[in-house]
Amino acid sequence: MTVQVADNLFTGEGETTRLLAGRRRSDGKLLFPYPSGPEAENYELVELAPEGTLWSWTVQRFRPKSPYDGRGGEHDFLPYAVGYIELPGELIVESRIVVDRFESLKIGLPMRITTEAYTENAAGEPVLTYAFTPKGSAQ
Amino acid sequence: MTSVHIVGGGIHPFGRTDGSTGLDQGVFAIRQALDAAGLDWSQMEFGYGGSSAAGAADAVLPRLGLTGMQFINVNNGCATGGSSILSGYAAIKSGEFDIGIVVGFDKHPRGAFNADPEASGLPRWYGQTGMMLTTQFFGNKINRYMALNGISQQTLGLVAEKAFRNAEHTPHSWRKTPVSLDTIMQSQMVSDPLTKYMFCSPAEGGVALILASDRKMRELGLSGPKVRAAAIRTRPAGSFEVFAPALEIERGKSATQLASAAAWEMAGLGPQDVDVAQLQDTECGAEIMHMAENGFCKDGEQEAMIANGDTRIGGRLPVNTDGGCLACGEPIGASGLRQIYENLEQLRGRADGRQVDDARIAYSQVYGAPGISGCVVLER
Repeated sequence: MTVQVADNLFTGEGETTRLLAGRRRSDGKLLFPYPSGPEAENYELVELAPEGTLWSWTVQRFRPKSPYDGRGGEHDFLPYAVGYIELPGELIVESRIVVDRFESLKIGLPMRITTEAYTENAAGEPVLTYAFTPKGSAQ
Repeated sequence: MTSVHIVGGGIHPFGRTDGSTGLDQGVFAIRQALDAAGLDWSQMEFGYGGSSAAGAADAVLPRLGLTGMQFINVNNGCATGGSSILSGYAAIKSGEFDIGIVVGFDKHPRGAFNADPEASGLPRWYGQTGMMLTTQFFGNKINRYMALNGISQQTLGLVAEKAFRNAEHTPHSWRKTPVSLDTIMQSQMVSDPLTKYMFCSPAEGGVALILASDRKMRELGLSGPKVRAAAIRTRPAGSFEVFAPALEIERGKSATQLASAAAWEMAGLGPQDVDVAQLQDTECGAEIMHMAENGFCKDGEQEAMIANGDTRIGGRLPVNTDGGCLACGEPIGASGLRQIYENLEQLRGRADGRQVDDARIAYSQVYGAPGISGCVVLER
């Protein structure tokens, strides 16, 4: 059994993943992530496009402090890429990036959405978050 | 019309001082500023002060004397120091007061700043999945800027190399040992393309500045540079700031572009008039981008300027003459005031070993979370 890291963040898994955003009822402006609490009343829940281009990127080389709850301790932490993906006509969203070689990342690279089991919960179940990966990769 | 002058300054060395609280360092700086100007605490009509992690600045009062003065705690993110001096400037400019003090101090734990999603109005998953780090923001921002404007990684390294070289001659700096370009480039990668030596670290320190009206300054037989402009602006729509899960496709100006434009207008001066500049250098990329955002060059020109040594002491526009945040560290409450303290030293010709010849106009710009920039123009 896999679980999602949060509600109202995305639907589906792998290639069928769709990010959820809010479309403001008054003017159609998009907001990601979908707001919680009373603010949500002003927004309609919509899905964002599954493909876009890499707007910028970096690599997280050290283990973040709390509240990070991903895999690895101080010594067995594995670096991961983080960047921004421009979804044409919608938004530029921040995301973890699943990629074999960091050096292959270039601004403008076509990207598509996926999910990543970035950690396990207390019950040992994989916890999924959304991620992007270069289009055409096997992830 | 009243003009505002800086008639005294004090600083507690930046870095790490075990056994000394942030408050201790703030009090030290105030006493030094008063001594340097030959003034007494009882002469201060107002105070503005701030710290981010070392308690309320108002706690200096019992240590220095409960005179009943107006004292206001300032808390405005990374621009706390910039906000304090702007408040002091306005208090005198308005005619309400004639002389007062601004102080900033801080003491942060080691390592990158800890981020709390809830405190920034963000969902918890953003932190849990490892995306809420200031270091990542800097990596993302400069990586795109470099790709679009032809800035090389070596240029990042040269900025750090200059910082440590300048700091060698700065009594208040933290990291005083020059570091070779090779060592900087080969050091541990923190957030690509930025290595360990290309980032500043949270630190400790305290700064105090005494402001006075021109009338009061003459009456007391003091002197000091004139504040030609002080302006703070916040992020406009479309600016790229720290902790942003999404950005609008239509990009806009930055807080720094707005603040610097306001400062130039207020001063009636432009970037070409500046002899020495202290620009926010949280990491090397910030100094490079801020050169353009403050109007000192166009995007991309930094590559040649830095290769030519234009921003070194002796160059056309010396930048971060005391080593900046890279070599002094960043105690949030004090950092913006350190820049102004360094400009005060430069304008008074007291920056031994790092003095910019005949500096007359000095500029400073502090920037930080959540997207605030504060610019100050001083004239000797």
